[in-house]
Amino acid sequence: MSNRAQSALIRKGAIASFVVLVVFLAAWQWGPGLLGVPSFIVPPLSMVGAEFLHAWQFDHLLLHTGVTVAEVMAGFILGSVLGAVVGYLLGMSPIAEFALSPYILALQIAPKVAFAPLFILWMGFTVYPKILVAILIVFFPVMVNVLTAVRGVDPDLVNLARAFKATRAQIFWKIEFPTSMPPMFAGLRIGSTLAVVGVVVGELVGGNQGLGYLLTFGEGQADTPLVFVSIVMLTVVGGIAYLAVILAERRVLHYLPARSLGGNL
Amino acid sequence: MVVDLPMSNVVRLEYRNVTMRFAKTGSEGVLTAVQGVSFSVRDGEVVSLIGPSGCGKSTLLNIGSGLTQPTEGAAFVDGERVEGANAHVAFMLQKDLLLPWRTVAENVMFGVEIQNLPLAERRRRAEALLENFKLAEFAGHYPHQLSGGMRQRVALARTLAVDPHVLLLDEPFSAVDAQTRMVLQRDLALTLKEAGKTALLITHDLAEAVTLSDRVLVMSRRPGAIIDEIAIDMPQRDNPIARRHDPKLGDYVARLMDRLDIGHNSLDQQPAGGAA
Repeated sequence: MSNRAQSALIRKGAIASFVVLVVFLAAWQWGPGLLGVPSFIVPPLSMVGAEFLHAWQFDHLLLHTGVTVAEVMAGFILGSVLGAVVGYLLGMSPIAEFALSPYILALQIAPKVAFAPLFILWMGFTVYPKILVAILIVFFPVMVNVLTAVRGVDPDLVNLARAFKATRAQIFWKIEFPTSMPPMFAGLRIGSTLAVVGVVVGELVGGNQGLGYLLTFGEGQADTPLVFVSIVMLTVVGGIAYLAVILAERRVLHYLPARSLGGNL
Repeated sequence: MVVDLPMSNVVRLEYRNVTMRFAKTGSEGVLTAVQGVSFSVRDGEVVSLIGPSGCGKSTLLNIGSGLTQPTEGAAFVDGERVEGANAHVAFMLQKDLLLPWRTVAENVMFGVEIQNLPLAERRRRAEALLENFKLAEFAGHYPHQLSGGMRQRVALARTLAVDPHVLLLDEPFSAVDAQTRMVLQRDLALTLKEAGKTALLITHDLAEAVTLSDRVLVMSRRPGAIIDEIAIDMPQRDNPIARRHDPKLGDYVARLMDRLDIGHNSLDQQPAGGAA
């Protein structure tokens, strides 16, 4: 595609995208009224906006958001590092992978969010059970992608390095590690959105801080606008986490042809 | 044109009575890939190895580079028994094996980087080789931005960067189109001659074997053994394109076809050969 055709496409796409946004916001503002939906079921946009300002001033919205962001970051980083390390170790040791794969599969099938009540029993109403759920949920996509990538390294490439008398460490750092980067980032992208899910479920189950807590608080008060504000804020947090991964990916995988990176996002 | 100097008699690469057996997968018994192969390649000589698929040519190459140990016999480089990877031997395959996250220059430096040469020396070698292969302007490009022929030239530059005594080439040009292949053959022949490198070339292309080599060894079907050795009595080993015009080429190719049973009915009755 020529540069000009591409920039025309981007311009038209951006306009269309903006039109969709305006239509959506307008439908949110006036749709419920036109359809006779009461505001405690779907509060119009302006009411949610007013609630946002109110929550900011009186319900510590910023504090709750900050707590959730910190938990998401901690869970995502620890879960990713752990997943990558285990992925490399299992990838390099076929015996370990063979021995552990049934248990890993079982743990992968078990819905990780179901562990949230258990972790709260263990660690109380602190931030730790939320972080732990996020770690567990982020761990698998990263580990599986890294493991598959290490397993898939071209043996001829390893032989080439061996013929140059490469040490085991050189083979890892010069071949296996860089080869695993694109699949690892695919795992991190999935992980970044799942981390938010893990943290929110933890907050829903127990505690008195975070956007998940604000959700249950709003529900208890039948404060539908507050529930909407919490959902919007959670979406923003998840979106920023995802965007951060995409930006890191673009920096690290700059050598790939542009098309094989994450499209528009 | 490079003057043909008399070949040195120093033996660079030697296979002594090499036999290779593998355990058959999924059944009892062993599979003999190579049986009692002995030959030597002198300093500065280019020898081609041809033979049917699965006759163990690539096995011989792996033994020469020290990646596999033979069941019996041994390979020797500069008179020393090959017992593991060896800094004097470098190989190049049909696949370019370029690392996509490294630039062209960084890929050329891959081998010397592993061997921990000083950075300045790595850069100097990469620059000289890229200049020589007319790739200097692509030094900062990534492999996906290059054509197949250019990628193979980068792979050849990487092989030469470690300054090996012996090059082992396993069908290095079989994945590129016919015209590019001729250009690459010319570049290779010229480079080998100018640098005085010793090379063992595995190929399926009979004309390539004749135009690039001093000698051609013919291997039998599995278990692979050397059944013929043909000295190529043609001038200008550094110019395979000129050799293509030599009327003797047809005779050599015909003789190789005969030795390989190509064109005989017997070929059709042979069981299909396995992977090399």
